[in-house]
Amino acid sequence: MVSTMETLAPEERNPVTPAPGSETLRLEPTRGFSRVLAPRELWRYRDLAGQIALRDITVRYRQTALGGAWAVLQPIGFMVVFSLIFGNVAGLSSNGLPYPLFSLAALVPWTFFSTALLLGSDSLVSNSALVSKIYFPRIFMPAGVIVAGFVDLAISFVILMIIVFAWGFVPSVAILTVPLLVAIAAAAALGTTAALSAINVRYRDVRYVVPFAIQMWLFVTPVVYPSSQIDEPWRTLSAINPMVGVVEGFRWATLGTGNAPWDLIGISAVAAVAFLLAGLAYFDRTERAFADFV
Amino acid sequence: MSVAIQTRELGKSYTLGVKGAGYGTLREAIVEKTQRPFRREGRKKKSDRDTLWALKDLSLTIRSGEVVGLIGHNGAGKSTLLKILSRITEPSTGYADVTGRVGSLLEVGTGFHPELTGRENIFLNGAILGMRRAEIRTRFDEIVEFAEMERFLDTPVKRYSSGMSVRLAFAVAAHLEPEILLVDEVLAVGDASFQRKSLGKMNEVAKEGRTVVFVSHNLAIIQALCSRGILLERGEVQADAPIVEAIDSYLRTLERAASDDLLERTDRDSRAYDETLVRRLEIQDASGGHPNVVVAGRPATIAVDVTEPLPTMECQLTIVNSLGQPVCTFDSEMNAPVDVRESEPGTRLECHVESLPLLPGRYRIDVIVKAKRHIQDGLQAAALFDVEPGTVGDRPMAAEAEGDVVLPHSWRLPA
Repeated sequence: MVSTMETLAPEERNPVTPAPGSETLRLEPTRGFSRVLAPRELWRYRDLAGQIALRDITVRYRQTALGGAWAVLQPIGFMVVFSLIFGNVAGLSSNGLPYPLFSLAALVPWTFFSTALLLGSDSLVSNSALVSKIYFPRIFMPAGVIVAGFVDLAISFVILMIIVFAWGFVPSVAILTVPLLVAIAAAAALGTTAALSAINVRYRDVRYVVPFAIQMWLFVTPVVYPSSQIDEPWRTLSAINPMVGVVEGFRWATLGTGNAPWDLIGISAVAAVAFLLAGLAYFDRTERAFADFV
Repeated sequence: MSVAIQTRELGKSYTLGVKGAGYGTLREAIVEKTQRPFRREGRKKKSDRDTLWALKDLSLTIRSGEVVGLIGHNGAGKSTLLKILSRITEPSTGYADVTGRVGSLLEVGTGFHPELTGRENIFLNGAILGMRRAEIRTRFDEIVEFAEMERFLDTPVKRYSSGMSVRLAFAVAAHLEPEILLVDEVLAVGDASFQRKSLGKMNEVAKEGRTVVFVSHNLAIIQALCSRGILLERGEVQADAPIVEAIDSYLRTLERAASDDLLERTDRDSRAYDETLVRRLEIQDASGGHPNVVVAGRPATIAVDVTEPLPTMECQLTIVNSLGQPVCTFDSEMNAPVDVRESEPGTRLECHVESLPLLPGRYRIDVIVKAKRHIQDGLQAAALFDVEPGTVGDRPMAAEAEGDVVLPHSWRLPA
């Protein structure tokens, strides 16, 4: 009936036996923690992780008309608006700093964080074709978004430093703490997006909640006002929001003025680790069912 | 011979949710959770009723180098088994031991990103299929050559014609060299020449002695490629035999399914909205003889009865030969002046064929009913029918004719 198909003689085949050392994988129902916190598993799929991050970066810059300019426009735009409204009209305190610099130094890490939340929480759903068709550690999806965010962050950080110098400020050695502050922001972002993306698989409401939650989060973070305006003990306590330590730390590190907010940074670092562990734990427990829902 | 795949009492259950959507909303979940304590029926009872076993107690051994075809109706558990073997989803009970590297030949182009260039997509797709970066780099030239597209390597895939992206995707997949290859219905896409090319490649893979587990509705392809057939029905092994026997068993189950009340069928199209269901489907020769027996070359009418009279229903009928290969499709959405749209809503859709030029044999009819821009119901093998020898264009048909159809024609011959 289909003459091209009758060429095969199944008997004349030499089976390809698994290469010596290829292990037997047992696939069975699992409970508790299994994948995210299994370094061997993550390492095995490292090439895919790299490709996904690379894809996220490339696509973000290629798909948009302004490309890399977005990394700069968003914080600069907010800086202008915030300076006019909160700096001039409302006359919020900026600890004696020029309000544009005061807000931009906070907006640079904040934009990194909020973009990671916005894109990361949707990452599993928007990649449903992959999630439902191939296996890989699913954490690569939200993690890829955050890695791609580092590129935006680097660009906007350079712009920030140019403006800082242009304004006549010279950063002190405190600037060396920037990698630590970025690490705190990334840990908090990964923990939060991991949890949000996992919930999003089950309940698509997350898509509508996240933009709203990000706006609320902006105002409980000292981006438009200095945390020195808050009375103790609330000022110190507010640092359980990891972005409090990051934002105040960024101002101190990049503008080279004021006292080191080590108390805030310390509390925020601990909080960020807690966010990270809690988010990954939730992700890990729900990961096994993603393909059944997405 | 060593064992490549071994499963023991493997099972997979799904909790049935809202039809057509696996996910709910947070509000529903909260309402559900808060109401549950007040409900009289126990939780256990509810979970029994709402659980669907896609796979049940599956114990199989597949040896290295075997080429196995998985066959069965929609929803029989074929794709679920492949998903478990490729680790996309976890089993609910039992286990599967898999020895060796597993590769899945996916729906062509899964994971292609339209904004990335051909070159970037080769690396991305290779990684998705499980290739190491170094491996892709050493095979890169081979892949590009196979796809015949050196000139377009740096063009974004969104500017490719569909033929080009299919070629590129297949080229990447063809250079995957796992020890165990899982193939799900991939050969169903693309044009005829692409299908031939991919079939040739599959043939090659099978000859190389890899372990292959193959899912397809096209029984001719399965029969050509596989030596062993496993027939699944409602998640259980119905037959595990040499491929020809397994296909025979499958055809017998099709026959049984078509003669049952169609409303009792559970293997319906998973995309369907189910607002109306196909109750009955029958093909009737114009002479008014036996239903589901027609004489070749004579007019015939295919009648579909549905349960609910939805507005502006459309219908798609596909005649499929006994090896699962589609012969032709009648699609009411491709409308013509001769079509009649009644003024009253109703539950009967009819397709009239002036001359059914099929060769004698047994065929089946697959049906899809659409309304409100959605698929409402879909059934494979909604009816089976036999074609009796007849004449097409006053010409009797040869007893040993090749193919599925005979067309009216005329000759001019020398004396």
